[in-house]
Amino acid sequence: MGTLLFGMDNRTSKENQLIEKGEVTGMRPGSEVIHSEKAEEKPASEKTNKALAVKPIVRVLSEEEHEEALINRPKPKNVTPLATAKLTPKDIPVFEDTPERRETLELRKKRHFKRKLRDWGIFTGYLTPSFVGVLVFFFLPLILLLKTSFQKSPTNSDFVGFRNYERVLTNEAFISASKNTLTFALISVPLAVVLALLIALLLNSGLPGKSIFRSFLLNPMMVPVASVVLIWQVFFSYNGVINGIAADLFEGAQKIDWMKSQYAQIVIMLLFLWKNLGYNMVLFLAALNSIPHEILESAEMDGAGPLKRFFAIKLHYLSPTIFFVGIMSLINSFKIFREVYLLTGDYPFDNLYMLQHFMNNSFTHLDYSKLSAGAIVMCVVMIIIVGGLFFAESKFDSDVEE
Amino acid sequence: MDELTRIERKKQATLARRNIYTESKAPETFITSMSEEARELFFASEKKRIALNLRKRKIRKGIITGIGVFIAAFISALALVPIFFTFLNSFMSSEEIVANYNTVFQSMSGHATQGATYMSRTPVLKLIPEEVTIKQYTTLLFMNPEYLFKYWNSILLTLPIVAGQMVVACLASYSFARYRRKRREVLFFSYIILMLMPFQVTLVPNYMIADTLGILDTIWAIILPGIFSTFAIFLLTKYMRQIPSGYIEAATLDGATEWQIFTNIALPLCKNAIFALTILLFIDYWNMVEQPLVLLTDVNKQPLSVFLSQINEPELGIAFAASSVYMIPPLLIFFWGEEYLVEGISRSGIK
Repeated sequence: MGTLLFGMDNRTSKENQLIEKGEVTGMRPGSEVIHSEKAEEKPASEKTNKALAVKPIVRVLSEEEHEEALINRPKPKNVTPLATAKLTPKDIPVFEDTPERRETLELRKKRHFKRKLRDWGIFTGYLTPSFVGVLVFFFLPLILLLKTSFQKSPTNSDFVGFRNYERVLTNEAFISASKNTLTFALISVPLAVVLALLIALLLNSGLPGKSIFRSFLLNPMMVPVASVVLIWQVFFSYNGVINGIAADLFEGAQKIDWMKSQYAQIVIMLLFLWKNLGYNMVLFLAALNSIPHEILESAEMDGAGPLKRFFAIKLHYLSPTIFFVGIMSLINSFKIFREVYLLTGDYPFDNLYMLQHFMNNSFTHLDYSKLSAGAIVMCVVMIIIVGGLFFAESKFDSDVEE
Repeated sequence: MDELTRIERKKQATLARRNIYTESKAPETFITSMSEEARELFFASEKKRIALNLRKRKIRKGIITGIGVFIAAFISALALVPIFFTFLNSFMSSEEIVANYNTVFQSMSGHATQGATYMSRTPVLKLIPEEVTIKQYTTLLFMNPEYLFKYWNSILLTLPIVAGQMVVACLASYSFARYRRKRREVLFFSYIILMLMPFQVTLVPNYMIADTLGILDTIWAIILPGIFSTFAIFLLTKYMRQIPSGYIEAATLDGATEWQIFTNIALPLCKNAIFALTILLFIDYWNMVEQPLVLLTDVNKQPLSVFLSQINEPELGIAFAASSVYMIPPLLIFFWGEEYLVEGISRSGIK
């Protein structure tokens, strides 16, 4: 047991053996050398336990020797208490399979199962209202959609295989619509993220009146679509205000029909950014505030410039927020159809023809099978994109936590 | 050599550990080598230099802050111009508006002749009306009862959806936040996909289901799918998962039931998020256009958003006042709950 007791100490195993023999008392951890020298000098017959206990051997070392002893003292080995302890079979508890024990085990199992069931019941109960509604108004329509996409038409339920999909995927309108929707999302979402981040950094750099600017920028989010559309019409139509200003500023400036030219998508992007920058910026501001500023300060002390601090520290802490803002912007980029529709109607200029236009027009032309096939294609693409985003986020998150 | 220095260092370290320090003579430095007067002079010049540097830095910082404020002000001006533009124009007289903006809408609508469309005249960006009247508002509110009906329709559609969705979302997101099993996570993911889905995807089946339920052409065709929309669940779940598990464990140990934990811990902690979501949902459904257009064929039941977005030449005179009045409820809610909104949005994005 001695080894167990002294195991925590940083004595060597040799010392431990000595202690167990009872030869040394009150020995300091470096002074083993002295002892061994002393033992050589003395005859073996005189060395008894009693003599050692009564008068401990004291020998004055010279200074050099002392230092030598201090410096070259043996290093303690990694002695853990359990590693040296020897477990006998009787130390290990053995549970006999008695009837009482079996009974308690069974009871415990039952109770555990009961609790699990209770938890499941409670939380399913909380979910039920939403789940029923979603089932009826969202999942059921999707299933119906899947069904009609394989039918000749909703009323004529002949199975036509993938003919509807073939029809949609070779449809020029569908191809250009999905191309437009994708390009819009691919350009405007990163733009919204980066610009919002820049504005948030600007506001966070110790500007006076930060909260006022914040609420100013958040304001456009609250403006109803109808008002936005009215404003955009006044500004960007052929005889609109922007063209008027351009004509005033530059002599001989060509009037541009903004909504019916290759600039149309830029105008809509402007609208998108105007609406969503505030929201994204608030998200980024909060994330910036949550960065522990001891780290930023110590980095500044060590001479890291603002750029270095941003890329090495802030970006690391912002990464979950960047993902979140990206997903929210993606949602909002799908919602921008509302504005486009109200601004330009059913058939806008070519590069504004979105997937939603395609579906709307198929609906009004009663071409349901084409519509449902197109919708299913869109769903699949969206599941892949969003799933990829979430997978990337979880991967990235685990990296960040490490 | 290396061994020697190592031993020396060890020695030093041992001595230091035993609190024995050897005194060493301070070495000669630049400052001590100077005479008394020279030192004074040197200090004075250094002080001056440092003061100058500080002032320079202060000026530079001021300039940078100024530029920052200017940029921020410019961006916020861009954000605010359209709003002020609408409000200010709503105080013009109808004749002034028609005279100014008629050309805009002539080029928009199809029935203008080609010549009229490509007139060279463009409207001026008028912010200050020539004479301030509230005639637009009076015409709008007292001459057009239709407008007030639509306003009422909008409220009738928006409020039940927002209230219902919040109740359903609170319950569901509590469940998603507390009970995390594999199958639930898959369900949650599918909820996110549903949230992202544009309305047009499920347009036809929704129409069919509304038809079979017999709620087509009533406001329930819009309210019911609205209540079960999953956007609020997504955000609230994200928020509720941030509640420290210690709170819930403590409550369980004290013998609280699940319902008590839900009402006394989860909901009060998510107060900000709930307010923020209420505002976001309100503005989202206040803006609803596609759903009523498809599902409500009865024009008298359609909300103001549909009506306003179809404003054209004939109603141009009151268009600005109409959109101002339409803008007021969201803006009022925004000013009332801005702090909750900012707080609620903020926490949703941080892990």
